[in-house]
Amino acid sequence: MNKQYFDTVKETLYEKKLDNGLHVCLLPKPELSKTYGVFMTNYGSIDRSFVPIGQDEAITVPDGIAHFLEHKLFEKEDRDVFADFTKQAASPNAFTSFTETAYLFSATSNIEKNVLTLIDFVQDPYFSEQSVEKEKGIIAQEINMYDDQPDWRLFMGTNKALFHNHPVNIDIAGTVDSIYTITKDDLYTCYHTFYHPENMILFIAGNFDPQQMMDLISDNQQKKSFDKLEDIQRSFPEEPDTVKEKNLVINMPVSISKCAVGIKEPNQSLQGEEYLKRDLLVDMVLSHFFSTGGEFYQELYEADLIDNSFFFESNLQSSFGYSCIGTNTTKPEEFSSRVHKMLLSTRDMEISEKDFERMKKKKMGQLLRGMNSLEFIANQFASYSFKNVNLFEIVPFIQKLTVDDANGFLKNWIEEERLATCTITNQSEEK
Amino acid sequence: MSVKEIRQEENGVQLHMLPNKKHKTVTFAVKFSAPLEKETVTKRALIPYILKQGTESFPTRMELQKELAELYGSVLSINGTKKGESHIITFYLEVPNEKFLPDSNSVIERAVQLLHEIVNKPNQTGNAFHPRVFDREKEILLQNIKSIKDDKASYANIRLIDEMCSNEAYRTHVHGYEEDLNELTNEQLFAYYEQLRQKDRMDIYVSGDFDADKMTALLKGYFKQKEEVPKNVFETAVSSNEAEPKEVIEEDQLQQAKLHIGYRTNILFKDDLYAALQVFNGLFGGFPSSKLFINVREKNSLAYYASSRIESHKGLLMVVSGIAPEDYEKALTIIREQLEAMKKGDFKEEELEETKLLIINQLKETLDHTRGMIELMFQQEVGNKKMTVDQLFENIRQVTKEQVIEVAEQIQEDTVYLLTSKGGEAHE
Repeated sequence: MNKQYFDTVKETLYEKKLDNGLHVCLLPKPELSKTYGVFMTNYGSIDRSFVPIGQDEAITVPDGIAHFLEHKLFEKEDRDVFADFTKQAASPNAFTSFTETAYLFSATSNIEKNVLTLIDFVQDPYFSEQSVEKEKGIIAQEINMYDDQPDWRLFMGTNKALFHNHPVNIDIAGTVDSIYTITKDDLYTCYHTFYHPENMILFIAGNFDPQQMMDLISDNQQKKSFDKLEDIQRSFPEEPDTVKEKNLVINMPVSISKCAVGIKEPNQSLQGEEYLKRDLLVDMVLSHFFSTGGEFYQELYEADLIDNSFFFESNLQSSFGYSCIGTNTTKPEEFSSRVHKMLLSTRDMEISEKDFERMKKKKMGQLLRGMNSLEFIANQFASYSFKNVNLFEIVPFIQKLTVDDANGFLKNWIEEERLATCTITNQSEEK
Repeated sequence: MSVKEIRQEENGVQLHMLPNKKHKTVTFAVKFSAPLEKETVTKRALIPYILKQGTESFPTRMELQKELAELYGSVLSINGTKKGESHIITFYLEVPNEKFLPDSNSVIERAVQLLHEIVNKPNQTGNAFHPRVFDREKEILLQNIKSIKDDKASYANIRLIDEMCSNEAYRTHVHGYEEDLNELTNEQLFAYYEQLRQKDRMDIYVSGDFDADKMTALLKGYFKQKEEVPKNVFETAVSSNEAEPKEVIEEDQLQQAKLHIGYRTNILFKDDLYAALQVFNGLFGGFPSSKLFINVREKNSLAYYASSRIESHKGLLMVVSGIAPEDYEKALTIIREQLEAMKKGDFKEEELEETKLLIINQLKETLDHTRGMIELMFQQEVGNKKMTVDQLFENIRQVTKEQVIEVAEQIQEDTVYLLTSKGGEAHE
């Protein structure tokens, strides 16, 4: 077991790669009453085309299957795992994103029992035809609920406008049609390929003894056997750098229109420090211009184009990346054209040394604040680990960034053909 | 486990120091409390919007945000909430702890100074706020009031309370009213703001790793309340419903219908049965293991969500669920059956014990969060009952099956509210 102290954040991390490939991380926090555990696989909704474990040929599975699997893993032949956690006074949950699926719990007692329950339920799938059929009704409800939410439609609409072929343009939960074609065999195929320990990380943070915990987890894993896993071959369709549609309009009942401008990242498949640098710079630059203290925000605000629903976010992964700047607005066309103009103007702008130092301070504070939360630490650590980045090394990494890094990034950040607009509007009541 | 609270009154302000080593930040919360009234709520809703836009020395939002960024990305938020029949404006400022910063000189002191300025020294023009800011923020609040209808679940909650509490102050909309906002002048708002700063009850909480004596001395130098604060700020009227339950059905363009039901519990935070009410809610609809979730969602695949929660200061219980429009009658029947089952004591001793543990677990988790801790301590002020955290846990542990049944029997269904698609059918 490897023990490492990170001075800037004053955290001690215990790490071990087990024989079966599972990456285990433990972060003791004795001053908290809670323990949080997350068991995450490097597998999300975009992983729809791949070579299944032990086979040679790539297949494509129905959309929404990663999320479907997440629901179904909680159900066993004789019981629901939710109830097991409940009996042990823990709150379990799970989530599926474009790139990850995670199972988690938090508890203030029975920590070891709950850790074992977490590992065992994820590593012991039970799918039957009957239970798969029953789940379709529940997930269809969930999809319909999302379809009623204008903010979600705006978010997905922006991705649909940005991406031609990449599956990030498909809803994480799939569509009502696609989920109805899912079979129990599909679930097993995806499960055995992507839930291999080699493709997963277990992160436990909170109130426990690290040596005892590591022994517990190692013993548990030694008793199980897994097929050998070579690198998982995932394939993504060819994706141009340019956007699919410059303007996408969605009609649905909203009292105020919603509009978002999306920025498509060029295809680069970044990893490690290169990835981290770009991830941080995208975020810091967006925040510099568009946070409530930023000059672009100010301009949009002065022009009455935004309200406090205004948001910006970015998501950089190895197979895709995008940023999104959106708002409720009564003048969507004007909002979109102003934001386009602003973004294009950044090529000729320069960030001053003083501004960049402030941007760094802000980003460092933001990370420290995030680290108040065990969930943040565990989820972010796990997620960054899939890109070969260590969460606890980010604060010192930020300190080393220079204003030249920022200005170099800014020169090539925006290109007209990588921008798209999505608008949600209530134009045609009668249609 | 315990929470250390050092509480004292200084200059008419209630200071609450919560020193602990759980976090990498220090969190300040300044709370202004007054009775919830239709006449003042629109003004109280608008004030947070305006104060976020700048102060005397940082007159624009950009300058204010730059100062916050200099303070290592400190985060300011100001909001208005209702608790029972009181309205509370809270200023939160979360500042990275100097212990983690490379050049940390007096970050905390600079933060307190800034917080004081945000609360007390706005960007003002004569006896009014800066006119451009006033007009602009008024417009933004107006848009927000209008767009509440787009979030169907929140809208259904508001409509349920409108119908259920039609003659009670509790029905007052926390975000204010369009017609009152249209009438409101900058001068009127400013006069109200001055009055609020002098007459509202004021509580200040600080949570984090700091020296309590030094922090108290620091805050004392900045914050004071000029006038005597009224004693009954947190008083709430409790009424039971003797009439037949009401049913209200409304239509909107949506795919998933919202079925929300309001009940009267007639039990408040300070009552002896309150712990039993918490346990009741845990068994009934507070957790994924509760009757509502299991029976509405899992056994009958009727809903994506179905849960209940209690309003501790008003004696209400709310059930919320999202269902297919055609399943309305069926879902309502199943929800009613669950309450009947609770009244009959149809739950195992073992489920009772599990639920108690879940509640204690939840409380402990809340106390691990900086705002959670502050809000839990403040709940005791509003509910007018102080107790230690250990007592709080002990009260939950002591709850008996008979008490839960006693609670269930007291609960009256008041109003059923359904927001459904046109014609009550799923549309394409």
